[in-house]
Amino acid sequence: MDVILLQILNGLDKGSAYALIAMGLTLIFGTLGVVNFAHGALFMIGAFCAVTLNRIFNISFTTIDETRTDFLGNPMEVHTTYLETWLGPDLGGAIIDWSVPLSILFAIPIMVAIGVVMERGLIRHFYNRPHADQILVTFGLAIVLQEIVKHYYGANPIPTPAPDAFRSAIDFGALIGLEPNAVIYPYWRLIYFCFAAVVIAALFAFLRFTTFGMVVRAGMADRETVGLLGINIDKRFTIMFGIAAAVAGLAGVMYAPINSPNYHMGMDFLVLSFVVVVVGGMGSLTGAVAAGFLLGVLESFASMNAVKDILPGIDQIIIYLVAIVILLTRPRGLLGRKGVMEE
Amino acid sequence: MLGLNRRDTWFLLIVVALTLLTPFLLQPFAEDSALAQFNAGYPDLMQRIAIYGIFAMGFNILFGLTGYLSFGHAAFLGVGSYSAVWMFKLLSMNVLPALILAVAIAGLMALLIGVISLRRSGIYFAILTLAFAQMAYNLAYSVLTPLTNGETGLQITLSDPRILDAAATDSLPVPSLFGLEMNDAAQVEVLGRVFTFSVGYYFCAVIAILAFYVSMRIFRSPFGLMLRAVKTNQTRMSYTGLNARPYTLAAFVISGMYAGLAGGLLAAMDPLAGPERMQWTASGEVVLMTILGGAGTLLGPVLGAGVIKYFENIFSKINENVLHEWFGALPGWLETPIVGLIDPFVGEGWHLTLGALFMLVMIFLPGGLMEGGRRIAAAWRRRRARRQDGGSGSTAPAE
Repeated sequence: MDVILLQILNGLDKGSAYALIAMGLTLIFGTLGVVNFAHGALFMIGAFCAVTLNRIFNISFTTIDETRTDFLGNPMEVHTTYLETWLGPDLGGAIIDWSVPLSILFAIPIMVAIGVVMERGLIRHFYNRPHADQILVTFGLAIVLQEIVKHYYGANPIPTPAPDAFRSAIDFGALIGLEPNAVIYPYWRLIYFCFAAVVIAALFAFLRFTTFGMVVRAGMADRETVGLLGINIDKRFTIMFGIAAAVAGLAGVMYAPINSPNYHMGMDFLVLSFVVVVVGGMGSLTGAVAAGFLLGVLESFASMNAVKDILPGIDQIIIYLVAIVILLTRPRGLLGRKGVMEE
Repeated sequence: MLGLNRRDTWFLLIVVALTLLTPFLLQPFAEDSALAQFNAGYPDLMQRIAIYGIFAMGFNILFGLTGYLSFGHAAFLGVGSYSAVWMFKLLSMNVLPALILAVAIAGLMALLIGVISLRRSGIYFAILTLAFAQMAYNLAYSVLTPLTNGETGLQITLSDPRILDAAATDSLPVPSLFGLEMNDAAQVEVLGRVFTFSVGYYFCAVIAILAFYVSMRIFRSPFGLMLRAVKTNQTRMSYTGLNARPYTLAAFVISGMYAGLAGGLLAAMDPLAGPERMQWTASGEVVLMTILGGAGTLLGPVLGAGVIKYFENIFSKINENVLHEWFGALPGWLETPIVGLIDPFVGEGWHLTLGALFMLVMIFLPGGLMEGGRRIAAAWRRRRARRQDGGSGSTAPAE
C-alpha cells in the first residue's frame, strides 16, 4: 500500500509538469490550430526567469573586513547583497530565500509578452500553411531560444534552491494514518503538485465562467461565426496564446528547484508533452491534463525495481509504448473530439 | 544512357563531376592566406558531407515525395552504425559486408516501424516515428548495453574475433576495401594549395553517386509518380482504387535503407557508434538539411547537407579572438558592439545561426535553396528578356 502511494506521489510532480505544458499546447492547438514545437522552450524560459530573479536578488557588493582573515591569511572579503543592506538582513534575506515563489510574479508578464510577440510576429503567418511547416518553423524557433539562453547562462545546470522552509521532506504516510517513515516526500514536490492543480483549476474556471472564456470556447468551436457576430476573435486568441505561454512558464518557474534548469530541459519535456497531448486527444484540455498525470504516474511505477526486474528497460520506454498503443487503438486519443486533426 | 533521358544524363554527369572534383572545389584558398580557414577540402569534412548527403537524399524520398514527415529517421542511421561496427568486430574489417548488413538491418527495422507508423498520417505519424526513435535511443543507452556498449559507444578492440582477418597486430585495424585502407590519403601541392585525395572520401563519393542515381530513377519512375500522388491528394488516389499504403511503406523502407547506408558509412570512416546518433535532435538535423536545400528536389537535400556541414565546421572554428582580428581595423567604439553582435552566432553558438537560418528559410523560402536559385534565375531571365525588348516596358501577349 505505502509503496503504491509513494509511486503515485512520485509520479505526480512530473505528471504536473506534463499536464501544464500539454494543456498549453492543447490550448494553442485548439484556438489557433497551430502545432507549437517551441512550447518546451517556453517552459525552459520560465525556469530561467526563476534563475534570473535569483541572480538579481543576489547582486552584492564586496567589502574587506580587516578583523577577519581567510584561509590564505589575507583580509577576508565579505559579500553583502544590496537587498540586505536596503531592507535589513531579516526582510532582505527572506526575499532572497523566497526568490523562486516570487519569480511567479516576475515571470507572468514576461511570459505573456513573449507569447504575444511570438504569436503576432511569427505564428500568425503560418495559420494557412501545412502542419508540417508549423512544426518546422517552431522547431527552428525552439533551437534559437535555447541557444540564446545557452549563450547567456552557459551550458551547465544552474541550481536554484527552494525556500529554506520547504527544503526538507514531509512524512506523508504518517499524515494519513500509515506507519511513520514509510512514505517520505519532499515538501517542494507536494507544493508543485498543489500549484499545478491551482493553475489548472484557475484556467478551467477562466474558460468556463468568464465572458472572455466563453467567447474563446465559442471561437474554438466555430471561429467564423464568432467573427461574424462582430467579435474580434483574433485578439482574444492572441491573448490565449499569451496565457498558454504563461502557464508553460509558470510550470518552469516552479520546476526550477526540482531539477536545476539547463538550456535543453525544454526539449526533453517537449517530446514527452507532445506524446501526452496525442495520448490525451488533440484539442481536449481535460484529456491533456488526465493523460499528463496518467503518464507521469505510469512512468514512476515503471521505474520501480520490482517492475524493472521483470521487464528490463521498461522505465525508459513506457510512455512511448503507451502512446503507440493508444494511437493505434484509439485514433483520437483518450478524450479527443471528433473532427480535430483528422486526415 | 542508363535509362535516363538526355537532360537527366547531363545532370547526372555534372553531379558526378562535382562530386569527384570536390577536393579541389572546397580548397580554393592558398594555405598561407588569411582565407585558408574557409577551406574545407580535408577528408573528414568531405566524407561527412557525402554521408549526410546520402542520409538527406533518403529522407527526401519519404518526405519530399510523399509528404510524410518522419521525426525519427536518426534511429535508422544509428542502427546502421551499430550493425557495421558489429560486422567489423565479428567478421572482417572489409567495409562491404558491414555496409550490406547495415542496409539490411536498417531496412528490416524500417519495415517493422513503417508497418505500424504508416497506419496514421500527419502529425500522428511524426509523433509515432519520434516515439519509436526515442525508444531505440533510450534502450541503446540502458538495457541494450551488451549490444551497444551504452554511453561509451561501440568500438572495435584488439580482442575481437574477426573471423576472416584476425591478423595478430598490436594496433587497431582500419576499415578497408580489399586492402585499400579508408584513412589512406595522398596530398598534392599545387600553387600553394594542398589538395588531399583520400580513399575514404572517394569511397563515400562513389556510393553517394550510386545513391543519387537510384534516387533519380525513383523520382522519374511511375513509382515516384505514385508517391507524389500520395502527397498531392491521398483521398482522390484511394477513390481511383489505388491503395497508398504499399507505396508509402516502400518509400519508408527505402529511405530507412538510405539512412542505414549512411550510418554504415559513418562507421566505416570511423569505427565507432554511439547512441547520440539516434537522438531526436539528430532526426531534426536531417529534416533541416532537406528543407534548407529544398524538399522534393533531387539536388536540394544534398545541397542542404553540404551547406549545413560546411558552415557547422567553419562557424564552429570562429571565436571572439578571430572576430577581434577581423574587425581590428575599425575604431574601438564600433568594433566592440559589432563583435558583441556577431559573437553569439559563431563558435559555440553555431546552432543559433542554424536555427535562425532555418526559420528564415521556412518563412520566406519554403522551397529551400533550390527555390531561391530558381527565383533568381527567373528574375534574371525576365530582366534579360526586357532588355532585349529595348526596355520599352513591353506588353507582350501571353504565350
